[in-house]
Amino acid sequence: MKEIRLKMPVTPEDLAKLEAGTIVYLDGPLYTGREGLYQRILGEGLAPPVDLASVSNVNFHCSPAAAVRPDGSYHVGAVTATASFRFSKWMQRWFDVSGCKMIIGKGGMSEEDYRERFVPNGAVYLTTVGYGTGALLGRGIKRVRDVYWLKELGIAQAMWVFEVENFGPFLVDGDLKGNSLFESENRKVNETLADVYRGLKEPSLRRYGETTSRKDEVI
Amino acid sequence: MIPASVIEDAAYEITRQAAIVIPRDYSDGIRAMLETEKNELSKFVLKAMVENWEAAEADRRAMCADTGLPRFYVKAGNEAKVEGGFIALEKSLRRALARATNDVPLRPNRVHPLTRADNNNNIGIRAPEVEYSFEPDADWVDITTVHKGGLFGTDYRMLFPADGIDGIKKFFLDVLVQFGRRGLACQPAIIGIGLGGSKDTAMTIGKQAACLRVVGDRNPEPKIAALEMELKTLGNAIGMGPMGFVGSSMVVDCHIEVAHTHTGGMPMSVHAFCLSSRRAVARLHGDGTIEYRADPGWFTPYHRRESVE
Repeated sequence: MKEIRLKMPVTPEDLAKLEAGTIVYLDGPLYTGREGLYQRILGEGLAPPVDLASVSNVNFHCSPAAAVRPDGSYHVGAVTATASFRFSKWMQRWFDVSGCKMIIGKGGMSEEDYRERFVPNGAVYLTTVGYGTGALLGRGIKRVRDVYWLKELGIAQAMWVFEVENFGPFLVDGDLKGNSLFESENRKVNETLADVYRGLKEPSLRRYGETTSRKDEVI
Repeated sequence: MIPASVIEDAAYEITRQAAIVIPRDYSDGIRAMLETEKNELSKFVLKAMVENWEAAEADRRAMCADTGLPRFYVKAGNEAKVEGGFIALEKSLRRALARATNDVPLRPNRVHPLTRADNNNNIGIRAPEVEYSFEPDADWVDITTVHKGGLFGTDYRMLFPADGIDGIKKFFLDVLVQFGRRGLACQPAIIGIGLGGSKDTAMTIGKQAACLRVVGDRNPEPKIAALEMELKTLGNAIGMGPMGFVGSSMVVDCHIEVAHTHTGGMPMSVHAFCLSSRRAVARLHGDGTIEYRADPGWFTPYHRRESVE
């Protein structure tokens, strides 16, 4: 498997080297942001607490297991991503507001999201591994540079700015060609899925639902 | 008499232990899967998880930053006496969890469901959950903590007697496939299945089957034990591994718990206890001593009793 170490903020040349399935480690500054941050900025229309692009062009869908010490400093133990598919609807506007070129999270988004929103913005998606390698990622955090909206959003939803070193591992899910590792793996799994269901009769009481095909994803 | 201070110390210690140290039975199960997994991507993920547990133990940091919804299971001996009674015990559990949340640290995951306000200590309305059971001829109290994520990997369905074993297998597969894609269930997992009871019983015992039985444990009823093994094999034959990649590592073990149910129905729940299967146990003795162990020992013969007595 191909492995690459990149400095943040990331450059278009760096991103061009990444393909679905590449292992990535990161150095430099990045910031966390999930539904709390997106809701305030994109939902309620508040100005970001800082010029986001000046902080980094990498946004991590996660929150840390962290505590504020009595002296006001921060104790960050582990960091683990949260499932990114929930933020798909926000991505186009998020790219406009943040100038992000790399989104990190759990489980990726759809290939359609990559092709329609990520690729036109020159952005890639990296997934955490496992999930989650919280302790390994915690080890990679060298410093908390800032925390924004801690009071308004709480520890789990606040915007944390981390300085990281050898931060990973991550896997490229969405590359600049719009390929998705998850979806290509899905297609392979689907080829033999019918075998495992063969011969099992349908239950007597059906359910309402949005999909009846087991080849579909529910996200 | 078990002193209240001992309860708080023990609850604090198991909360820290659960967050940091992966239970041996589970990590041995994953290491065994590394031997049989053929797919390169799936193997890479399993290796990363093993490295992560080693980093967590070495650095004394939480293995996963989603420290779940910490909760407690209390099994009290019939002769156990607790200083201040069970109200004091519950207060001790809440104090211990609030302290450990700050000290480990755990992520303060618990928020009000509507206002989303976070007390930043994992304490709130009905949080942490405390479930009780009792044991005859004993003067100890066992406290188990479980930190389990809560968003994916669990489902419930009302099946009917005519659906039979086919219905059970199909729903089992449906849950693994729907939540296994992209690894939302954080598999390979200990899959717990609750069969029977009323709907809420099916959910409760299925979760307990996932979280309170160790890898390798079999239900004492031979027919249920055989079904556990059959479902484990079936789950690993889906062709899906960690993160939903092609692979054979989906189910570390399968545990089924049953409860007598309505004559017309067969409610079923499926729960996935994830790659950070966090549980730890302390036994508090009447003389104030504490014994720590990994196996909750929740499903005793008394707990599974069937007769009038």
